[in-house]
Amino acid sequence: MIRLFANASYDFIKWRRWAFSLTGAIMLVGAVFLAIRGLNYSIEFTGGTLIQVELQKRVATEDLRAALDRVGLNGAEIQTFGSDTSYVIRARLAHAAGTAEAPTARAAADSQAVGAAVGRALDQSVGARQYTVVRTESVGPKVGRELQGKALMAILLSFVVTLIYLAVRFEWRFGLAAVVATAHDIVATIAFISVMHLEVSLIVVGAVLTVVGYSLNDTIIIFDRVRENLRKYRRQNLYEILNLSINETLPRSVLTHGTTIATTLSLLLLGGEVIRPFAWVMSFGIFTGTFSSIYIAAPVLLWIEKRWPGEDARGARAFGSRPAATPPVSAPPAGPSSPSARTPQPAR
Amino acid sequence: MGKIRQRLYVIGILIVVSIISLLPRNVKMRVRDPDTGVMKDTTVRRVPINLGLDLQGGIHLALEVDQSKGPVPDCADAIQRAERVVRTRIDEFGTTEPVVQIQGRCRLIVELAGEKDPARAKGVIQRTAFLEFRITDMKGLFKDALPQIDAALRKAGVKSTGAAAPSAVAQLFGGDTTKAARDSAAEANLPGVLSALLFQGQLPGEFLVEEQKWPLVDSLINRPDVRSVVPRGLELKWGAQSESRGARAYRAVYAVESRPIITGEELVKAAARRDPVTNQSVVTFQLSHRGARKFSDETARHIGDYMAIILDGRVQGQPPVIRSQIGANGQIELGAKPLQEASDLALVLRAGALPAPLTIIEERAIGASLGADSIHDGIRAGVVGVALVILIMIGYYRMAGALAVAALTLYCLFTLAGLALFGFTLTLPGLAGFVLSIGIAVDANVLIFERIREELVHGKSLRLAVDDGFLHAMNAIVDSNVSTALTALILYAVGTGPVQGFAITLIIGIAASMISAIFVVKTLFLIWLNRRPDMVTLSI
Repeated sequence: MIRLFANASYDFIKWRRWAFSLTGAIMLVGAVFLAIRGLNYSIEFTGGTLIQVELQKRVATEDLRAALDRVGLNGAEIQTFGSDTSYVIRARLAHAAGTAEAPTARAAADSQAVGAAVGRALDQSVGARQYTVVRTESVGPKVGRELQGKALMAILLSFVVTLIYLAVRFEWRFGLAAVVATAHDIVATIAFISVMHLEVSLIVVGAVLTVVGYSLNDTIIIFDRVRENLRKYRRQNLYEILNLSINETLPRSVLTHGTTIATTLSLLLLGGEVIRPFAWVMSFGIFTGTFSSIYIAAPVLLWIEKRWPGEDARGARAFGSRPAATPPVSAPPAGPSSPSARTPQPAR
Repeated sequence: MGKIRQRLYVIGILIVVSIISLLPRNVKMRVRDPDTGVMKDTTVRRVPINLGLDLQGGIHLALEVDQSKGPVPDCADAIQRAERVVRTRIDEFGTTEPVVQIQGRCRLIVELAGEKDPARAKGVIQRTAFLEFRITDMKGLFKDALPQIDAALRKAGVKSTGAAAPSAVAQLFGGDTTKAARDSAAEANLPGVLSALLFQGQLPGEFLVEEQKWPLVDSLINRPDVRSVVPRGLELKWGAQSESRGARAYRAVYAVESRPIITGEELVKAAARRDPVTNQSVVTFQLSHRGARKFSDETARHIGDYMAIILDGRVQGQPPVIRSQIGANGQIELGAKPLQEASDLALVLRAGALPAPLTIIEERAIGASLGADSIHDGIRAGVVGVALVILIMIGYYRMAGALAVAALTLYCLFTLAGLALFGFTLTLPGLAGFVLSIGIAVDANVLIFERIREELVHGKSLRLAVDDGFLHAMNAIVDSNVSTALTALILYAVGTGPVQGFAITLIIGIAASMISAIFVVKTLFLIWLNRRPDMVTLSI
């Protein structure tokens, strides 16, 4: 049989500072992009009109741009969508309205006006009957605000429910560590979305939540093993148990992520343009989910057990020290102080 | 061995139920009749999985009551009235499964699958409601004119297509009648094309048509040559709903005066209540000053006549009789009919009374070609994704992987069956969720197989290692699946439309994967081990 990473004994926890720096760097880049460019919210959230057209023959984007300017849609955004004869024209409400009148009253009129204006622009630049409108979406500002609220609510709710579930199944220290790891995933994913300039639609929010579920799933698998090993190996400290558990679940992680990445990549490459932002977020989410389960959840758990020791906090107080020669960990001793963490703990 | 047999029975039952739920089934659909262009109910055989608008193309509209010209005091009532109106009009669309529903308190969702023209749909929906009261054909003028109408139809060469016995006779002599056109006596004996399809109703001017035949009748009465023979001052109006008499469904058609005695503009209020004395359902209504004057004149002339209540060209309910002269306040007695019916009627009256304009707050129109592309891309991605998963599983786990793959096909079957059984709608994100959950579905098997390998490394016997592997992996599988299901549930609760579709497929997928990855794979393992009792190394 093929066994990947059988009897692996990497000292994952040792690399936590590097891991923190790496993820910190990613988030910093994300924050810079976020500050400069902001998130590319879809019209579902901002309100506005989206029109997707299929042209019979290729037309230069500049010509379309000029035609849209002529009919007064200066703020409209033009993007090719998949092929070069397929365009998406987005007029967000703020741009489309031009005036700051009562938004609710204008919303309906705006969407009609934008649709008609885009029609005129296309008739001029491409010619009537040379194009077909394959998709129109228009969302009023009220719905946009509602959806923003709903998306935020969904993320917060999923946090609370997760915490409660983990508190019931494990104990609060594990739950907190898992939630910190999950929060990391959300922030990292938002950074990724910002850097990639992906459109944040409801589906993408759904993808972020799925990433949350997936990452949590991963963390739970490791924590489940930690819980089991804590009972099994009474003589080892938490640091060792964490490393041991991550190593033991490593083949599973590799295999499961392999199959999941296979499906998300096929969605990304073959699933079509509409689903692509979703697939991007999922693909990134699988990496960050795996990363955070190992490098965020486990060290944070160790840190929590150090600050507020629970009954499983064996050796957590000595966190930062290296055990000398316990079997699963093959790391050289490092760290400032090294009081022996190997002193056998009384089995409770 | 008995244990295995039991497990196989359970799996067999699950498979049979899944396949039955996915078999093409007769589904009642509203389809546009190709000849007449009128909507009619037909049964179509198809696989009972509903496709979302983003996959089959169509229009989704969210509407609210326009409050820009002044606040509407009770928006919930206004939206109920609007729903009534939109429902009445839905036949104007060529939509097979129209959705009209109230979302929350004050929002109306309209979904028209397959409809291509958003401008037309919006126009029809946003038109203000038109309510009118008209006196039915009390003198039986239409009935008297029926022979003339039949003659006109015969002259135009329309043959009866009805399946009823009399019309069969008409068809039999169809050839002769044209030749012997002058022989009017023979002609009069033959049942007419139209009159064979109409049955006299209980009220003067009321006729019943078999539900399946009403599009045909509608096309007949709308012919210009028929219209010219219909007596002056009369029009034919269809009933809004079909009604069942005995085992058959009928649609009423009413001959009514062309001139309304009053329209909805004059109506101020309408409410349903139950008369405390007689315990009858009653709808009371109030008219404006101008309307009251007009109405009392008209009702004085029409005492004993029946008055059809027509909303957007469709007669609502059975026309009530006018008992006495009515002024500003009138009431319609519905006898022993349930209060619900009275409330419905009051709703109709109010819908016509106050034209509450609707504004569109959200609109999505997806072309059918884009939807077809999405399905095509989604399936392609799914097939490739599944192929890769199969490759990885069999390449890494060999025989055990092959068993997991066998279970994976059952997983796909169960998930689709779950969608069909509970009547959920498959959307594009749902399709993505399905592809994604295939990757996740094998996670349970990966956990189990890794566990079995560990148990084997620890030196356990094959049988014990398999049993312990399944047992010890359970904790992790349950925990991780429950956490994913929880986030999916939140997505379902908070999300809308497509996102809900995604959440649903994820939830069903998790349930199906628990069955296939644990129960089915365990069974396959048991069979495998039983077949090869002498096996020393497990192909895992």
